[in-house]
Amino acid sequence: MTASHDRRDFLKLAGVAGVAFASGLFAGRDGASAQDGDFHFVQFSDTHWGYSGPANPDAAHTLEKAIATVNGLSAQPDFVVFTGDLTHTTDDPKERRSRLARFKEIVAALRVKDVRFMPGEHDASLDRGEAYREFFGATHYTFDHKGVHFIALDNVSDPAAKVGDEQLAWLAADLRQRKPDDRIVVMTHRPLFDLYPQWDWATADGAKVMDLLMPFRNVEVFYGHIHQSHHHTTGHIAHHAARSLVFPLPAPGSQPKRTPLAWDAAIPYRGLGSRDIGVTAPSDYRLVDLPVAKA
Amino acid sequence: MTSRRTTLRWLIAAPAVAGLAAAGFAAEPPVREIRITARRFEYTPASITARRGETVDLLLTSEDRIHGFKMPDFNLRADILPGQITTVRLMLDRTGSFAFFCDVFCGDGHEEMGGTILVEA
Ligand SMILES: [Cu+2]
Ligand SMILES: [Fe+2]
Repeated sequence: MTASHDRRDFLKLAGVAGVAFASGLFAGRDGASAQDGDFHFVQFSDTHWGYSGPANPDAAHTLEKAIATVNGLSAQPDFVVFTGDLTHTTDDPKERRSRLARFKEIVAALRVKDVRFMPGEHDASLDRGEAYREFFGATHYTFDHKGVHFIALDNVSDPAAKVGDEQLAWLAADLRQRKPDDRIVVMTHRPLFDLYPQWDWATADGAKVMDLLMPFRNVEVFYGHIHQSHHHTTGHIAHHAARSLVFPLPAPGSQPKRTPLAWDAAIPYRGLGSRDIGVTAPSDYRLVDLPVAKA
Repeated sequence: MTSRRTTLRWLIAAPAVAGLAAAGFAAEPPVREIRITARRFEYTPASITARRGETVDLLLTSEDRIHGFKMPDFNLRADILPGQITTVRLMLDRTGSFAFFCDVFCGDGHEEMGGTILVEA
């Protein structure tokens, strides 16, 4: 897909009303920019700081490069979100904290200073989010930005991938204060629908979250965990998975095991990157996948 | 399919009933017991072969920490706890290769923790 496609082509291709997709672009060259909206924000996901292995021999520098790419956007996003798996898991609580600390230092290089974090199971599942909260605070929260209500949901601090009754009650209480046509963006780590249960690409009680969201007309969900771009709708609600910054995972069910796709030295960072998201009222989202580094 | 969860609860609560059945009080064919041990990041055995129509009891236990046992094709899940046997009954009513995996995050290698039950005609 290139930037020269007409926006309506994207809509048709995607089959999702109100959402346009593009990939591998620097925004700002033509009509496919995420920056044409009322505002735009950037999503990073699955940075897995601390990973070392053959699936990404450059894991120690990929995050820095992706940050430099976002810092180079001609129009800086209003804010940046990290949808979990900030760090790669470790059994050692001290090492977990040093990875979280180093990650925090690296992302401080973002030009944008409004940065929001969410945990992934790699950060939070072994200690129920304890170390994560020391560095980044609450694992679920809301904020409002230019008429859009953002809800960050935690489906990873419970190692069984549950949102849990307490958080569901909190979500229900928050939603009771919304009107049916309020603009709502949900951000979370794991898919809230059964994307591919055979690979555990689901949230144990995700259906309860979707039930709570269903009465609202303008809801969009952004998440990570599956290390690839993916788009799905539950009724009128669209879900978008972002790519990772460590290694891509295979398309759901495309191979027997969900082992990382091999690093290709000829095409470094293939399948990795961040995402620029343009938001236009009432519920129009333009997604532009950004590469790790400019080719 | 709606009664799976109920069946699982019933089984954990009623090992004595299974014992009676095995002793010949019921006309049903005997249930094969298969022991599966979980530890980070593997199940032993990880591949199991069975016949279509067979009913098996999976006797699950862990050597180290809590793990999960999830088999989406049979709408089945259980926690596997150390020092405890959790029994899960499976009616293998169709042929195929059915994956199971750990769905309680257990560390670096969790994603690879899985196995299969091959059901032959
Ligand atoms: Cu994840
Ligand atoms: Fe991840």
